[in-house]
Amino acid sequence: MLRYLLSRLLTFVPTFIGVCIISFAFIRVLPGDPIIVMAGERGVSEERYQELYEQFGFDRPIVVQFWDYFTGVLQGDLGTSYVTKRPVWDEFFSLFPATLELSICAILLAILLGIPAGVIAAVNRGKFFDRALMSSALVGYSMPIFWWALLLIIVFSGNLGWTPVSGRIDLLYFFDAKTGFMLIDSLLSGQDGAFQSAVRHLILPAIVLATIPLAVIARQTRSAMLEVLGEDYIRTARAKGLAPMRVNGVHALRNAMIPVITVVGLSVGMLLAGAILTETIFSWPGIGKWMVDSIYRRDYPVVQGGLLLVALLVMVVNLLVDLAYGLINPKIRKR
Amino acid sequence: MADVSSSTNTTPTDAAMARPGRFKEFWRYFRENRGAVIGFYVFIFFLLVAIFAPILAPFEPSTQNRDFTLIPPVWQDGGDWTFPLGTDPLGRDMLSRLIHGARYSFLVGTVVVILAATGGILTGLIAGFAPKWLDTIIMRIMDIILSIPSLLLALVLVAILGPSLLNAMIAIAIVLQPHYVRLTRAAVMTELTKDYVVSARVAGAKLPRLMFVTVLPNCLAPIIVQAALSFSNAILDVAALGFLGMGAQPPTPEWGTMLAEAREFILRAWWVVTFPGLAILMTVLAINLMGDGLRDALDPKLKRS
Repeated sequence: MLRYLLSRLLTFVPTFIGVCIISFAFIRVLPGDPIIVMAGERGVSEERYQELYEQFGFDRPIVVQFWDYFTGVLQGDLGTSYVTKRPVWDEFFSLFPATLELSICAILLAILLGIPAGVIAAVNRGKFFDRALMSSALVGYSMPIFWWALLLIIVFSGNLGWTPVSGRIDLLYFFDAKTGFMLIDSLLSGQDGAFQSAVRHLILPAIVLATIPLAVIARQTRSAMLEVLGEDYIRTARAKGLAPMRVNGVHALRNAMIPVITVVGLSVGMLLAGAILTETIFSWPGIGKWMVDSIYRRDYPVVQGGLLLVALLVMVVNLLVDLAYGLINPKIRKR
Repeated sequence: MADVSSSTNTTPTDAAMARPGRFKEFWRYFRENRGAVIGFYVFIFFLLVAIFAPILAPFEPSTQNRDFTLIPPVWQDGGDWTFPLGTDPLGRDMLSRLIHGARYSFLVGTVVVILAATGGILTGLIAGFAPKWLDTIIMRIMDIILSIPSLLLALVLVAILGPSLLNAMIAIAIVLQPHYVRLTRAAVMTELTKDYVVSARVAGAKLPRLMFVTVLPNCLAPIIVQAALSFSNAILDVAALGFLGMGAQPPTPEWGTMLAEAREFILRAWWVVTFPGLAILMTVLAINLMGDGLRDALDPKLKRS
């Protein structure tokens, strides 16, 4: 296991350096002079420009600039936003809980609905339930989620007036962010109706973000279950006279879960990509909206740092999934 | 060399007695999947709409009928047969814009798949045949691209290149390419161990011939399935970029861009939002249905003997 762990970690290092190079290169090839952008509409005098040019180190060789950037990254220094003048690292961590809260709710929704749907479909293979569920899964999988979000807003916010359109909580509630998770903070605050307000804000974005992972998990569960249901030990379990619920729910599902766990882990990238659209539409103050806004504002250090952190996040989760997979399935780590 | 080519040539009588043609066999499996066939017909329908858009559309997509803004669809009160699906805030005919939008979706799908597949297959072939160090470098680069969420990478690339439909297509092609590289490489690795490759090598086939004539045709099945899937992904992602203002620019009647323009009217005029999205969903769904059918028909592992 230790060897497997080490070899996996070894491939992690060059990928990480590569991501650093890419995010560093972007700021150098983006159109527009970063200093002019920073100066904004007031412009900047010739001398001041020169001064800033040297201050940011643009006059030094590109390799030296990269080395400075890279050592900075290793020490947690990702630069400062042009717009807010705050360190990128601080901004990321003040916004990350919002994205994390939304993503956790979305993935829980996807797992809690997707796995039972896949199991029911597999057990009823070829029958009405299977067809209905798998057709809906394919529709979900093909869904342009930005449009899906707008439709839900039309129906639930516009026509029915059940849910608000944007933000994380009504403005009339105000309390300290102890954990950064609105659901927990609103409960801790003890204010009447705060928790309900947070839930009503969360529900539509979570549904939208869950849609594609839900479809993927349902499809994966079904095919994994179908494979397992054909195995001999399932026939043995049935022959022993065990209740179908027990055979399907315990014997089969447990073994079908391995590929499903991988899919859940790998859907983190999917969630972050979906968060870009979902957060933009629902004005959810998280990483996705932050990245889109800084691309619009040409706030290069934020784009650069955000890209690096998001990629790092995906890489770490993929690594954990791989390690977990090696733990569950010894065949993998022998290779 | 001569031995190899003569052994693959069969006389006409052999062919007649042997299994049915590849295409026939493929179609037999494909036809069994009813969803795939429906998807195929819907795809053809949208393709025809795209090709004959100028004939089918009652209006030019950019004609602004200033006296007829936000007319609802014909079946609603205030609807008018002149504008069967209503008009947008600038008085442009929704139906005509949707019909012309089909052209952009097919353009996007085709261009992106060609770009991504050509680049990806070439790189994958090279990685599969190359010495280990080159293979490792190529695959690490692909890992790097894959570790950044596709839409985010595409957004940043478009921000570099400048927002336009062409740049959006290039960005999506770059993002989708690693999947082709991985698939091709994996398929090449399996084929390389087989006897027919060894015999071709012994017969003196040079590297380009080995790569493109001997091995590549046998790796195509998973790549074709991937092409179908990335066609729909390309349409979805370019529409998403258009929706974020980083793809096709207004007044282009691209479906995602139309949605972005319609956003502020969602609570007043449901039709300007509903129809472009429905068009995207239908196209993508049709292609995914086809993709499932293709996989069942082409994947030998799932083929029932």
